Amino acid sequence: MPPERTAPAPAAQRGQDVIHNIGYRSYEGPRLGRSYARRALFTQSLRGAYGLGRSAKSKVLPMLLFAVVCVPAAIIVAVAVFAKQKELAVGNAEYVLMLQPVIGIYLAAVAPQAISLDLRFKTTPLYFSRPIERGDYVAAKYAALSAALFVFTAVPVLIMYIGALLAKLDFGEQTKFLAQGIVFCALFALLHAGIAGFIAALTPRRGFGIAAIIVTLTIPYFLINALQAIPGPDSHVVGWLGLGSPGTLMDGIQSSFLGGDSQFPYGAKPTGGEGIAYLLVYVLLTVGAYLLLTRRYRKAGL
Amino acid sequence: MTVIATESLSKRYPRVTALDRLTLDITPGVTGLVGANGAGKSTLIKILLGLSPATEGTARVLDMDVHTEGAAIRERVGYMPEHDCLPPDVTATEFVVHMARMSGLPGTAARERTADTLRHVGLYEERYRPMGGYSTGMKQRVKLAQALVHDPRLVLLDEPTNGLDPVGRDEMLGLIRRVHTDFGISVLVTSHLLGELERTSDHIVVIDGGKLLRSSSTREFTQHTASITVEVTDTDAHPDGTAALREALARAGLSPQSPSEANAPGAGHLLTLPLDDESVYDTVRDAAAELGLGLVRMEQSRHRIAEVFKERSGADAA
Repeated sequence: MPPERTAPAPAAQRGQDVIHNIGYRSYEGPRLGRSYARRALFTQSLRGAYGLGRSAKSKVLPMLLFAVVCVPAAIIVAVAVFAKQKELAVGNAEYVLMLQPVIGIYLAAVAPQAISLDLRFKTTPLYFSRPIERGDYVAAKYAALSAALFVFTAVPVLIMYIGALLAKLDFGEQTKFLAQGIVFCALFALLHAGIAGFIAALTPRRGFGIAAIIVTLTIPYFLINALQAIPGPDSHVVGWLGLGSPGTLMDGIQSSFLGGDSQFPYGAKPTGGEGIAYLLVYVLLTVGAYLLLTRRYRKAGL
Repeated sequence: MTVIATESLSKRYPRVTALDRLTLDITPGVTGLVGANGAGKSTLIKILLGLSPATEGTARVLDMDVHTEGAAIRERVGYMPEHDCLPPDVTATEFVVHMARMSGLPGTAARERTADTLRHVGLYEERYRPMGGYSTGMKQRVKLAQALVHDPRLVLLDEPTNGLDPVGRDEMLGLIRRVHTDFGISVLVTSHLLGELERTSDHIVVIDGGKLLRSSSTREFTQHTASITVEVTDTDAHPDGTAALREALARAGLSPQSPSEANAPGAGHLLTLPLDDESVYDTVRDAAAELGLGLVRMEQSRHRIAEVFKERSGADAA
């Protein structure tokens, strides 16, 4: 049975000019469903992480921080070009690790914006009353956060690669460094997006989220660094201690597997068995953070 | 054809039974779902959207099974939640466009439909301003717009008049009526006020404690329950104006009664009359004028669910 409309039935009966009810137009076009909605949510969240599509005010901080991570890379490159150095002063992974405080601030600004706001303003029911499901929502948000962080770290790495080529450094070697750098950035992004995303999902309050993320990403890192300096250079404890914070974990992975220089005290590197432990802890942390994030939304229904 | 059909639908939580063998058959049009807080209205909506499995029984929405075709249902159904759900730093346009895309509409269509829908719900220049500065009425309109933007065949509106002042309430009820008459979209609207649903709905379903109390067309409903309340002044000629009017009306063939809450303050000056048809208003006016009494008020009583209970227990006793 077609729904009744306030169509001009009496007018039509009188056979006079019919004023059609064009007030409401129905939609007959395509409905693209779940995967499209997931992609749209990903794009929207990724753009939002840089303030695109949001107010001018919310563009300031991400863009400023982005400049802060890119400018030193440009300076390193400029020095290499003018001083005709044989290699860049700082390796790719090292560079990212050095800028961890800036990355921490960026994540603390972006993750609560991407994740806590929907919880705080109870927008999630509007998502879940649509074809998109909890898993899609979490996947899109996590992917967007990871991608934003990846761009944030990989662009300086790319700047250094281009600069190295301009400085006429060895092409093969530099390309290998670039590949290692990109892999490092991807691993770094996946882990940190998971941790920051989970923390942001725990609290609907933006301020708490910001503070909690900065604390989680910095305090353990400096604590472990301090602890590592206590035992002597020959101690194996240094390597095992490195498992204790996300920053030192990433450091151990890059020095064991991605050919970077270790930032640990005395330049210690995790040895064979320890290296495997680093990878295991990495996988455990990343997958764990993702599962916890998904779990957080199990109850966030209508 | 039915829009929503449930068959002995039950939802039990460890401690409470939210829905108890509810069997419903809802046809196209505006259907009011009335129940006190905790009667099971929100639980029913959750099940209808395929977001919460029923403990037993089946439910079909737009002829699709809620258990197996939840995603397909949610593509063609709109939902307006009871609580606030709008981020304050986004404009209505941006927000509704995003929600349209979440429903699967391509970018251009999402923008076109957003502009149309916001206009239909009565938001004009405001839609370019962040929603944080909106009044409750405007927020409710945006919430309605996001439920309609993907041109659903059915919308579920959970307490859409909550928090609105009387004028806003009337406007919202008129808008809901138009969703069906002008847009051709079926509506299931919940409220805990029977009176306001009487004016918008074609059909009314009353549930309590998860059980179906009553399901009938609005006309049938109001025939039994509609009444008006009259209050008049006393004059020198008639020191007890209420009693004089009561006699006059009885002579005119009506059966005025004292209100049921007889001990309420001022109840002694009130008369209630069954509203059989519109001529009752004229009779009251003429009677009051003849007696020279001042007509303080003459209003249609708002029925609350309590009255349905009363009627039911009265019927049980008989």
